Amino acid sequence: MNIIFYLSAVVAIYCTLRAVFHKHAVHALLYLIVSLLAVAVVFFVLGAPFLAALEVIIYAGAIMVLFVFVVMMLNRGEAAIQQEKAWLQFSTWAWPAVFVLLLFAEWLYLLFYQPPAVAPVGGNQSIMPQQVGEALFTRYLLGVEMAAMLLMAGVIGAYHIGKQKQRNYHRYLEEEENLRSTASEKQTQQVI
Amino acid sequence: MSETWIHIIMVVLILLVLLTIAAGLIYVERRMLAVWQDRYGPNRTGPFGLLQVLADMVKIFFKEDWIPPFADKKVFVIAPTIVMMAVLMSFAVIPFTPGIGVVDLNIGVLFFLAMSSMGAYSVVLAGWASNNKYSLLGGIRGSAQMISYEVFMGLSLMGVVILAGSFNLRDIVEAQRKIWFFIPQIVGFVIFFLAGLAETHRLPFDIPEAESELIAGYHSEYSGMKFGMFFVGEYLGITLISALVTTLYFGGWLGPHFLPPIVWFLIKMFAFILLFILIRATLPRPRYDQLMSLGWKVLLPLALLNLLVTGAVVLYWHL
Repeated sequence: MNIIFYLSAVVAIYCTLRAVFHKHAVHALLYLIVSLLAVAVVFFVLGAPFLAALEVIIYAGAIMVLFVFVVMMLNRGEAAIQQEKAWLQFSTWAWPAVFVLLLFAEWLYLLFYQPPAVAPVGGNQSIMPQQVGEALFTRYLLGVEMAAMLLMAGVIGAYHIGKQKQRNYHRYLEEEENLRSTASEKQTQQVI
Repeated sequence: MSETWIHIIMVVLILLVLLTIAAGLIYVERRMLAVWQDRYGPNRTGPFGLLQVLADMVKIFFKEDWIPPFADKKVFVIAPTIVMMAVLMSFAVIPFTPGIGVVDLNIGVLFFLAMSSMGAYSVVLAGWASNNKYSLLGGIRGSAQMISYEVFMGLSLMGVVILAGSFNLRDIVEAQRKIWFFIPQIVGFVIFFLAGLAETHRLPFDIPEAESELIAGYHSEYSGMKFGMFFVGEYLGITLISALVTTLYFGGWLGPHFLPPIVWFLIKMFAFILLFILIRATLPRPRYDQLMSLGWKVLLPLALLNLLVTGAVVLYWHL
């Protein structure tokens, strides 16, 4: 299992780097998808099959399709590639790279010279979907509720933005609607 | 060691049988469409036109495999393979009988959902890589349709998962010894079947490839065996959805003892394949906005309601 873990980890890192440095937006997204799939394999090897499946369904399957969808609709072509080239200069990425290397060095130090503060939860056994569900709806119930509220806000916002007044493209229907609205106005006036 | 070999041979056999079924369906579909529409259908090549499959395959293999110069070459080549891989991988979790099946995965249902969401990329990328406005429109329609129908495809399956208490497809079949799940889960079954129609983009939901508006949509630039991949992938998709409906709602291999389990499975599966073809033969295509509003305004609330009621009933009576 160790070999599979390291193989998929290497694939994930390589594909993420390609996703960052690739100049072509759609190709970069494809690398990102492969990287997410590799992370799913890592999860599976670490004993979290449920998480692995969700990673593929939600990230690789749903969210990335939307990304590809948007990039496809924009379809910027050659000009965008030139722009990316102009942006990807040494002066742009040098300092971020230094900071990331610093973090990486810290992480390596912690990994090799410090004992782990907390023992891994599951040990070597894999965690079944039932256990995940139980933990979510008992220990982490507050988090689930908050996520639900966030989603609800999102749904309401999307509905509000997407709501349109019905437009009629036929003169006859338009006239009918005008008649109806004036009639209802009359009614409300009468009520008042 | 010998067990491993038996397993490998079984996997290869399953693959061969599935590909044969998918190729055979080309003939079956044309013939059955003809029967239901009072025509003859292919009846010249061989007895009852049976060799038509062979003729079609020869034609597809020997056609010029042309990649348009304006296409994005790499993505154009990858796209048709994704649909085949995704569908064939999904078959891995399906238990044909207690003994026949590729893998006994405890997240079987989720694995299927993951693979079917991978299948959407095939349509999207094919439409984009062709660099053709009709293909792009087809790709956009296809991706929107598949993403939205996946949402309640998953939700409609959860009713079955609640009743069986497991994501494992074998456990789900075993849980149907008393009663097949299509009786308590009739709403879930109907929603899953409709979502399956949309997922395989079969008529009446074949709007991504509507010939009359989009000249075959996302695969209009494809020819030869690359087109053949989409074609066979579609039939594999039908077979997959039929096999899943059989497993999840109609008791899989279970049935009276006078026939072996695999025969029961195949009978049920072919009944649903024929239902797919019958639906194609009879129903016209809806408009695109009708398809989307049916999905989001009718099927999604119904799937949620079904989930709620199933959960409440199971909790209340401790089933």
